[in-house]
Amino acid sequence: MITRRELFAVRPAFAPPLSGREMMRKRYFPDVPLVTHEGRRVRFYSDLLKDKIVLLNLMYADCTASCPLITANLARVQKILDRDDVFFYSLTVKPVEDTPAKLRGYAEMHSIKRNWLFLTGKPDDLELLRIRLGWSDPNPEKDRKDKALHSGMCRYGNEPLSQWSSVQGSADPEWIATEIGFVLPRKV
Amino acid sequence: MYFNHRGERVSRASWKEMYRAFQNRQELIKAGLTSRRDLMKLGLLTAAGTLIPKRGLSWGDNNCRYGSTGCGNCSSPLTTPWTMSMPIMPAKQATPALTGPAPLINPNTAINPATGIAYEGRTRAHQAPPLGFPFPTTTLYEVRQRAAQIQVSPDLPLQTLWTFDGMSPGPTYVARYGTPFLVRNYNDLPAANGGFGLNSVTTHLHNGHTPSESDGFPCDYFAAGQYYDHYYPNVLAGFNSTHISTNGDINESLSTLWYHDHRENFTAQNVYKGLLGFFLLFNNYDTGDETTGFRLPSYPAYDIPMAFADRCFDPLTGQMVFDTFNTDGILGDKFLVNGVIQPVLHVSPRRYRFRWLNTGPSRFLQVYVTDLANPSASQPFWQISNDGNLLPKPVQVPAVALGVAERADVIIDFRQYAGKTIYLENRLDQPNGQGGPTGSVVSGGQGFLMLKIIVDGPSVADNSVDPATLPSYYVLPSVSASPLVTRSFDFDQTRDGQWTVNGRLFNCNTVRFKVRQNSLEQWNFNGGFGWSHPIHVHLEEFQITRGAPGLYGSSSDDHNNYSRWGSQYCWSGCSSNSSGVNLARKDVVRLIPRGNVTVKMRFRDWLGRYPMHCHNVIHEDHAMMLRFDVATTGDTNSNP
Repeated sequence: MITRRELFAVRPAFAPPLSGREMMRKRYFPDVPLVTHEGRRVRFYSDLLKDKIVLLNLMYADCTASCPLITANLARVQKILDRDDVFFYSLTVKPVEDTPAKLRGYAEMHSIKRNWLFLTGKPDDLELLRIRLGWSDPNPEKDRKDKALHSGMCRYGNEPLSQWSSVQGSADPEWIATEIGFVLPRKV
Repeated sequence: MYFNHRGERVSRASWKEMYRAFQNRQELIKAGLTSRRDLMKLGLLTAAGTLIPKRGLSWGDNNCRYGSTGCGNCSSPLTTPWTMSMPIMPAKQATPALTGPAPLINPNTAINPATGIAYEGRTRAHQAPPLGFPFPTTTLYEVRQRAAQIQVSPDLPLQTLWTFDGMSPGPTYVARYGTPFLVRNYNDLPAANGGFGLNSVTTHLHNGHTPSESDGFPCDYFAAGQYYDHYYPNVLAGFNSTHISTNGDINESLSTLWYHDHRENFTAQNVYKGLLGFFLLFNNYDTGDETTGFRLPSYPAYDIPMAFADRCFDPLTGQMVFDTFNTDGILGDKFLVNGVIQPVLHVSPRRYRFRWLNTGPSRFLQVYVTDLANPSASQPFWQISNDGNLLPKPVQVPAVALGVAERADVIIDFRQYAGKTIYLENRLDQPNGQGGPTGSVVSGGQGFLMLKIIVDGPSVADNSVDPATLPSYYVLPSVSASPLVTRSFDFDQTRDGQWTVNGRLFNCNTVRFKVRQNSLEQWNFNGGFGWSHPIHVHLEEFQITRGAPGLYGSSSDDHNNYSRWGSQYCWSGCSSNSSGVNLARKDVVRLIPRGNVTVKMRFRDWLGRYPMHCHNVIHEDHAMMLRFDVATTGDTNSNP
């Protein structure tokens, strides 16, 4: 019943272990091209994540559910953190509708000025990021209906130290700032 | 109806193909074709090569349901089972003197010149010494959390795990009631984490009747370079409240505890990376000596702690990987017992006490004893405790269900298996990290075999009491009094995927309610739609008065036993009072989708902050947790 071909493929011994940041990059951070709300072309990993402390969330400009509330909440977090070395990135789940100009309007509506980019691009690239960053639902039917099902969970991390976790976008802004603080460089 | 690994409906044809793949795997195991040598002999493996599974070896391309390898985001390399012995963690040895400054009742906030930060991470004074406990204690322990290279399988490279004293699971604390001790816990963990883990930690003693400052509260984390002095009074609950004259309530003795990291927002990563171990408590009844007291099998020869875990390994590097951005729940495709994938244990034909613990991170287990020569036969054994609390009497069970952090001490008499080989098998069907188990169990031999037990040891004396004679252990204290407060807790998820308790999110600084010390409280836990949650309360054990969870099971072989095991099979829609193994004190209760569970307990003796949370550590890290404080004045907030 079992043939040799069915059973096994032979391959060389294990590759050497990756550093934490290499492992994270390979598993989760494809270097896809994106366009910022300022119209700038950037690469997801090399321009936005590499060597940085970041917070990532999911949104779309016409969202009337929790996205505008979370954006407003994160704007307060940014004020509380008051740091130039923490970057916020909001990825749209509707890249076709959300042109850079539309995202710029969204950013202006929320008075976002610095260290925060709203990102659009090719639908396939945004979709890849959404899946890699854990925002898709394993139930494909549910996922098709609402691509923002998991958008309340923001990712944050320190890329060079490969320290990553998630924080609730609706949490108290002081608390979100505290959690981001977990991956800020500490003494010792 | 047929489903694939993602819970999608598939055709009968493709399901049959997955099933055939799974059977092929079982065929290989049955044929004994599991060692590299055998496979090479058959030309299934070349000397140069390492195997990776192709069709025919895994159950579907990518599933967590049951079978051998490949699951969700996880497709670990093939490992050969039953090649390593099951490690038995050594007992932690006391130290004559601590490294660093002498222990203090107040936190040592002096700056350590070597690190530039405070020596100690503790923020609150020890509560025990002013109540008459010795300080410092006669017995002192010192433990170091550090990275170490650990072998989990001969087929995988060494893993850089985070350990206590270089071991994962860490050394076993062997404690006795009446002998308090202090553990100086050093954080020597590196910043380099290999991709997951945060070198800021707090060590929780799960089930301990421990003062808040030594409990390992999630927000009492301490930094690399610091230590934290944990004071464990090893005292019976009630010593300072309901049972002062007897120095606590003997009927509330604990036996099997465990310690694990509880770092807010990083618990799952840190525990996954190895920060856990056992803590056993003995007394004059549960003595660890089978010729005295309850005459339970002697520790350590015949009393063996077993930590179950599921993990995932990268197919290219063979390194353990964590699914960082999965906030539903993480299932692994490799099962470890005491830190080794599918190990072997040799035993003698006599009674053993096994202390089973599900360390997660997310998977629910239902553990059976399986004889592969007769896989459909029920192999009952005796459960003697629930979550580390000895039952009033042993209960014969066909299996044990364990949510994350649940424990069960069981007695298995291996005389009936003399000369044979049997397995511990998880037969619970859980397709992916979402939701929880389906409630179904698979037939014997078709689940995940976790441990191979070979009964080939020498015949030795057995002075332990036969549980079939139904000896009495402890009497269950009454909780029939009217509670001072009844509180309700809904465990749910917002529409955009945020975990909540009563619609609110965790915050270290938010005290959601205050419990009046020593008063009886009733808590109603309500499960949201579609998800199972193992709910854990710190400091005190509760008794379940409604909605007690039972064994999962709806497959045919379990139906045969339905009447025999009676109400224990009430895994869903249970409304009656507890019975069987649920007639017990517990600290974790499995909440099924839309389940309703009522528990009662008293928070006694100590004051301060404690959490209540879902022990699916992924949910816990992402806010399915709350802080309550035990105080001299409580509140009556019924929906905090």
